[in-house]
Amino acid sequence: MKAIRKLVDNIKPTFSKGGKLSFLHSTFDAFETFLFVPNTVTKKGSHIRDSIELKRTMTMVIIALLPALLFGMWNVGYQHSLATGANMDFWQIVLYGFIKVIPMVIVSYVVGLGIEFISAQIRGHEVNEGYLVTGMLVPLIMPVDLPLWMLALSVVFAVIVGKEVFGGTGMNIWNPALIARAFAFFAYPSHMSGDKVWVAGLTKGEGIVDGFSGATPLANAQAGLDLPSFQDMFLGIIPGSVGETSTLAILLGAALLLFTGIASWRIMLSVFAGGLLTGLFLNLVAPSPESYLAVPAWNHLVMGGFAFGAVFMATDPVTGSQTEKGKWFYGFLIGFFAVIIRVFNPGYPEGMMLAILLLNTFAPLIDHIVVQASIKKRLRRAVIK
Amino acid sequence: MSNKKIFIEPLFRNNPVTVLVLGICSALAVTVKLEPALVMALSVTVVTGFSSMIVSLIRNTIPNRIRIIVQLVVVAMLVILVDQLLKAYAYEVSKQLSVFVGLIITNCIIMGRIEAFALANKPIPSLIDGLANGLGYGIILVVVAFFRELLGSGTVMGIQVIPNAIYIKNGGFYENNGLMILPPMALILVGLFIWVQRSITKELIEKK
Repeated sequence: MKAIRKLVDNIKPTFSKGGKLSFLHSTFDAFETFLFVPNTVTKKGSHIRDSIELKRTMTMVIIALLPALLFGMWNVGYQHSLATGANMDFWQIVLYGFIKVIPMVIVSYVVGLGIEFISAQIRGHEVNEGYLVTGMLVPLIMPVDLPLWMLALSVVFAVIVGKEVFGGTGMNIWNPALIARAFAFFAYPSHMSGDKVWVAGLTKGEGIVDGFSGATPLANAQAGLDLPSFQDMFLGIIPGSVGETSTLAILLGAALLLFTGIASWRIMLSVFAGGLLTGLFLNLVAPSPESYLAVPAWNHLVMGGFAFGAVFMATDPVTGSQTEKGKWFYGFLIGFFAVIIRVFNPGYPEGMMLAILLLNTFAPLIDHIVVQASIKKRLRRAVIK
Repeated sequence: MSNKKIFIEPLFRNNPVTVLVLGICSALAVTVKLEPALVMALSVTVVTGFSSMIVSLIRNTIPNRIRIIVQLVVVAMLVILVDQLLKAYAYEVSKQLSVFVGLIITNCIIMGRIEAFALANKPIPSLIDGLANGLGYGIILVVVAFFRELLGSGTVMGIQVIPNAIYIKNGGFYENNGLMILPPMALILVGLFIWVQRSITKELIEKK
């Protein structure tokens, strides 16, 4: 540790003002603060003294994403072996998934961080660490067979139009990872939906075993077919985007986020509550047992990206509601809209992405209403003579 | 202001779309393909130019209180002329543009130029100002349409530009960008152009 500190201190003057490579100051600063907690303190205003800052927070979220990532790798290999009928043992499955998923992660980070570094250099800002989490989220919410250049283009769009245009990390209106997914979804619909994209190799026409469809549970539900068992969907042994299938792995990450206090439990709880209550209500009014409305409410929570969105996307502190009361409304409406879009809009099998983006847009309004209501209440309580 | 300056200013420095942010709606609607965008640009240029000139000719006789309705009559007459011409000589494009030719009447640029310029200037400068503003609008329209058609359909003016062999269905890797065809992308592209323009001409950036 000390050796690294020494090395960093030694090369620091080269990158500081007046040094040879001073134009790379932002880049150097990014790596230094990534390695060590900076010893600077905020000079102005009142602030909470805490050892945790943005970089440490982001790292914690990445750790929370690891279970979903690792399970995603295994599931990619497993679904591939199911689809092709190949007889693979555990390590072959993991290796196959690793080879498929790691390039997505690398492309996402290289492209996204590249743009972040360049724009920070141009503006003379510090490099924002916001992309650390986005870069991990992006590959986890994409289908595994998405061509890498499409992934790269989505990241370019998300970082530039979704984030840098508004002023960088902390200023964006919408969750950048979801912007990347929305871009890919609307730009290349044939690679983002359907029955073939969720399992590695199917789009290239690698042999399919009889009886294997590759359809996600959401597509099955829409077509009125049988769903996989609740247990399978909870564990995540179903086709889907890389990291979203296993509710169990996501809940492990959620536990870490809640334990460290990084994500808001109010949002998570209210998203699940919103989805469950909406589902139960639809079950009550379902016209026939075959209709989509009759899909058991708890299934909605484990199908598709519901859990992933609730735990990692809706809780984004930048784009979500800031007020504690507002978080309840914000989360509940996300769950509500996700289920409503799934059930009533045949064009979009998954409603979570659109629901979160919609509520991202309305989060400031929700906060405004909550704050105004609180002011009104207090004014009424105060006796003015 | 010299006639030359009147003509140059609206093309870039004072562009009606990217600086004044007028006429956005039609930039969104007719820019999926380059051909209708060109025709639209031409039509708007003709209408802004001649409506400005005609209003300028009668500017001293129009009673101030009813000037808007008089201007609208002039603009509507020109739009109907353009519409009929298109129907007669470019029927296919006119069908593609459908309602948007008629909606040129409501294009904010036209009324804006009449109110801001033609009512206070002589006919010739008014004609130049109108034509230049129409051209400034047309430039943006054509550039947006060029990118949307190239990236969204792989064609320019209906001719396949991106080689067929690189498409996924023919064994390549490429795919057209479906988002380019959707209306929001027109606004995002216009936004990007505004960004580019402001980086070039810094004085357009508002003081904080």
